[in-house]
Formats: sequence, structure tokens, C-alpha cells
Amino acid sequence: MSAELVIEFKGVSTRFGAHVVHQGLDLSVRRAEVFALVGGSGSGKSTLLREMILLQRPDSGSIRVLGVELGQSSAADALALRQRWGVMFQHGGLFGALTVRENIGLALREHTSLADPLIEELAAWKLSLAGLAPEVGEQYPAELSGGMLKRASLARALALDPELLFLDEPTAGLDPLAAAGVDALLRRLRTLLGLTIVMVTHDLDLLWQVADRVAVLADGKVQGVGSMAELAAMDHPAIKPYFDGARARSAASAATQHAGSPSSKPS
Amino acid sequence: MASSSRSAEASLAIAGPQGLHLAGSWTSLRLAGIAARLDAVPANAGTELDASGIEAMDTAGAWLLQKLTRRLNAPLRRLKPEFAPLLAAVAKDLDTHLPAATPASSTGWLAQLGQLSQQSLLQGGALLAFVGETAVVLAQGLRHPQRLRWRPVLFNIRTAGWDALPIVGLLSFLLGVVVAYQGADQLRRYGANIFVVDLVGVSMLREFAPLITAIIIAGRSGSAYAAQIGTMAVTEEIDAMRTLGIVPLEQLVLPKLLALMLALPLLTVFADTMGLLGGMLMARAQLGVGYAEFVDRLAKAVGMSTYLVGLAKAPVFAAVIVMVGCHQGFRTRGGADSVGRQTTRSVVQAIFIVIVVDALFSIIFSALEL
Repeated sequence: MSAELVIEFKGVSTRFGAHVVHQGLDLSVRRAEVFALVGGSGSGKSTLLREMILLQRPDSGSIRVLGVELGQSSAADALALRQRWGVMFQHGGLFGALTVRENIGLALREHTSLADPLIEELAAWKLSLAGLAPEVGEQYPAELSGGMLKRASLARALALDPELLFLDEPTAGLDPLAAAGVDALLRRLRTLLGLTIVMVTHDLDLLWQVADRVAVLADGKVQGVGSMAELAAMDHPAIKPYFDGARARSAASAATQHAGSPSSKPS
Repeated sequence: MASSSRSAEASLAIAGPQGLHLAGSWTSLRLAGIAARLDAVPANAGTELDASGIEAMDTAGAWLLQKLTRRLNAPLRRLKPEFAPLLAAVAKDLDTHLPAATPASSTGWLAQLGQLSQQSLLQGGALLAFVGETAVVLAQGLRHPQRLRWRPVLFNIRTAGWDALPIVGLLSFLLGVVVAYQGADQLRRYGANIFVVDLVGVSMLREFAPLITAIIIAGRSGSAYAAQIGTMAVTEEIDAMRTLGIVPLEQLVLPKLLALMLALPLLTVFADTMGLLGGMLMARAQLGVGYAEFVDRLAKAVGMSTYLVGLAKAPVFAAVIVMVGCHQGFRTRGGADSVGRQTTRSVVQAIFIVIVVDALFSIIFSALEL
């Protein structure tokens, strides 16, 4: 695997008024890996994600995503960049006025000149890739359950075949069965489409099962980066809590029984 | 796939009698026009598809390719191996997940008319049921006044009443000016200048002041009621109230109802005053009727009953505005879109019903010879 960097943060600082969120933060994400951001509430995970997807600008420092320097990108660059990534928001962010299928097809209609019937077919297929029944395509987001909403949002994020997929809390608020389904879905999509996935999550199972590398955020900096096994070996007050406690231990033992699946990368 | 953004459009070339050469980027952004050309390829037996020129492929491209090979019943040859898993995944899903053809739902105009009337009837019935429920809760509230929430009542009087004073005052003042100005020309022709007082007095006190006030408040506060309750319904706050044993009608509707039934008559008195002031100003400027003369004539020309008839309508208008606004709010289902729709509906319906009720009042009062 080449060590090509898809996302690169150098000395990024962000503050809201007097409150310092990031202070000289460095971070890099490699191509085709599943990268997870963890950290306590208020540690700036979501801010970091928003800075990656051009929803917020840092006060200083440089961010490169897919080879484009975000701070100096023109409107045209930004548009091109936005077509190369997909974002799944924590609460779905689906448009309430459109059906699920229209939501998925929106980006295709907006940015490509494909014929409508083809867009409908592709949207239906993306829906099935995300593990939803075809009937769901006719429904409105308000009629869906939490798990279905997340999957529909994922299907929309995949509409333009992004190289880079951002997920904000992909399993938060899901029952364990549905969360396990998302684990499997992310693994399948990664192998099938060769995606680079960046996610913010608290789900220990997801971290153990799917993430290749995990970055722990605390005090405005990245305190440690590595696979869950590597992080487990570190002795750091901000990292320790993820490996102590009953839940952490059961997630870890479940992962070790799951012989080697998280670390085996696609060719 | 990394270099897809810079590479060539997807292309299709006929190579020899039975060969098709596929090349370029088969990605969603570069597939423009190729779909139609693929459909035009005749399904001859023994066609060969050479895919060696394909540099990039995404799900949209794979989908088209797979459909092409299905239709021509010809295998893809010399495809780069990295695209094989994607194509295989499409092959697996193509059979099971084609979207069901949506049946064309075209109903005749008669059926549409029927549906529309049925909906209107049901909506009217629902509004009536809502009024009934509120009446029950109101009766309970009046029996136990200590249970009523007076703080929100006062708050609502301030937001719907006090805060609306400038706009209500300005508009009724202008209305008084317009009525006097329009009348001035006609009255001067007959030398009946002094009758401008009758014109302004009767029309403002009896009709315009209550109506304009109600319309402003329907737009200003009725919409706010619908939006507030609608947003609460969307975010499950209404359901939360019910589970906590709080009656939403008592908490959300009663304070608004009591507040507006007090505030709207007071606003109407203010609108009466401002409208007469506007008329007075115009009477002096256009017709030479002095202020003292105006007031003197007003006391003779406009009876107490005219004033009270106008004022009596205000609480009824207030009830209409609160009922319609809150009812539409409670009917909100779904998301932001629905909140907007219900808010619009609340304003349109409230103004409509206010004007209809005003017409009914005219009939009743003329029958009573008031």
C-alpha cells in the first residue's frame, strides 16, 4: 500500500472567542484506510471534521485534502473537491421535502448529465448497497426509523462515488444489531469501492472492528495515533479510558476473536 | 480511480464488424451521452466487447457496462482486473434491485374534485373537534382558575398585544387617512363636507378597525402560533408533554386564547383612535373641517352601538386566529417543510374565516337593527 496522504493537517489552530479548540494540531490520513477520530465531548472532533469538509475554516495552519490546499482554494476548486467526497451527517441531513430516492439522486442530477431513468436506477442501487429495501426509496425521511435514516444518508453520501467518505457518528443512536450491520456495511463498501473513510465515533465495537487507525484528541492536540492494538499499549491518561472498563474489554475481546479482520487491508 | 478527475470522457468505438471498443473514464461525471449510444448498439449475436481502454470506473459506469453485457449477451474482454469486483457486485444486484416501475397515477378531474372536497370536509371537521376539545379544557380551567397559567398569559399579551401596537396604529392611521381622502372629493361636490365625520367614524369603528387589526394579528401572531407548535410537534416536545401528564392544550393553547381575547379588543380600541385621528387630519387638510368641529359632529353622528358592534367582533376574531393557528400547528407531521406549509395554511385560513365571520356579523347585526 502506498503511503499517499489524502488528508494532511499541519499546525492547525482553531478558537471560538477565548476558547481554544485546536492548538497546533497535526494529523494525516492515508489513502484507502479507515481512520477514526475519538475524544471526549468538546475535544473538537466535530470541528475537525467540519474543517475537513469546508464547512469551517481554522484560524491558522494548513489543511490539504486530496491534494488541494483548503485555505487557498477557489470556488471552482472547492466545487470540484466537494464532488470527490461524500458526507454522512449525524442526524442524516436528508432533505425532508424529497423522497429518499430523490435525495440520493440529487447530486447526480445536479452535477452529471445522466438521463433521469438511469439516475433512478443508480439511486435504487445505492439504496440497496446501503442495505435498504427498494420500497424505502419512495418514502420521505420523516417516515424512516433512526437506523434507516443513517443508511439512507450513507446512500446519499455515496451518490457521486466519492473517493473519500466522512461519517459523523455512524452508529450513534442505533441498536446493537443495526450498529453491527453498519460495521459490516462499511467493511464491504471499503473493499468494493476502495474508499478512504474518516469517521467520528464513540462506538468501541466499530473502532475495533473497522478502523485501521484511530486518533485520540484531547487538549487541542492529537494525543496518539495508531491501530486500536497499538493504542492499547500506550500509557496516556487521555487514551487509557478507551481500554479500561467492562465495555472496552468486551469490545476488545470480541475483536480479537474476529481473527484479524480489522487489520487485513484490501489489496 | 484516483486520477479520474483529469481523464477522458467515456467513449465507444466500432472496431470491425463485430467488435466494440470501450475506452476512457466510465465515471458518473464523464458518462454524458454514452448511455444513449449504448442503447443504440444492435444486439447482434457474437459481438465482442473490448474493455482494455477503460481507465477508470465507478458504480455508474459499472452499472451501464453490466447492463450492456446483459443485453448483448457478450462477455467483456481484457477488462483491467481492478474493476472486476465492482462489476461482479453490480451483476449480483442488478437482478434483485431494479426499481419497481412506478404506476402512472393520473386521476381524472372529477376524482380530484372529490378528493379535494373530502379533504376540506375532513379538515373542517378536525378544526371543529379541536375547538370542542379546547372548549372543554377552557371550561375546566375556568372552574379551577388557580390551575391556569397566568405568566404565559401575560407574556402572550405582551408579544401579541403590546408589541403589535406600532404596526396596528400606523396601518389604521393610514386607513383613516385614505377613507377621508377618498370621500373628500365626493362630499365636496355636494357641499356636504361635514359628513366626512360620519363616513370615517362609522366605517372605521364598525368595520375597518376590527378587521385590519384581526388581519394584522393573524399574520403576525397566528403564524407564530402555528410555527411554534408545529416545531414542537416535529421535535416530539408535544409527545413529551403528554407523557409527563401535561395537557398540551392547557399549556399551549389556553394562555394564547385568553391573552388574545383580551389583547385584540384593546388593540381594536387603539386602532379606532388612530383611524379617527387619520380621518381628522385629512378632514381638516382637504375639507376644512376643524378638529373641534370633527369631535363635536362625531359625538352626534356615531352612536355608542356602532362602537360596541365593532368592539364585540374582536374577541371572536381573536378566538378564530388562535384556534386556526394552534390547530394547524398540531397538524404538523414530518419536518421543516411541513412546518412551513402549516404556517402558511394557518394564516390563509385565519384571514379567510375572519372575513367570513365579519360578513356573518353584518347580517346578524342588520337583522337585529343595531
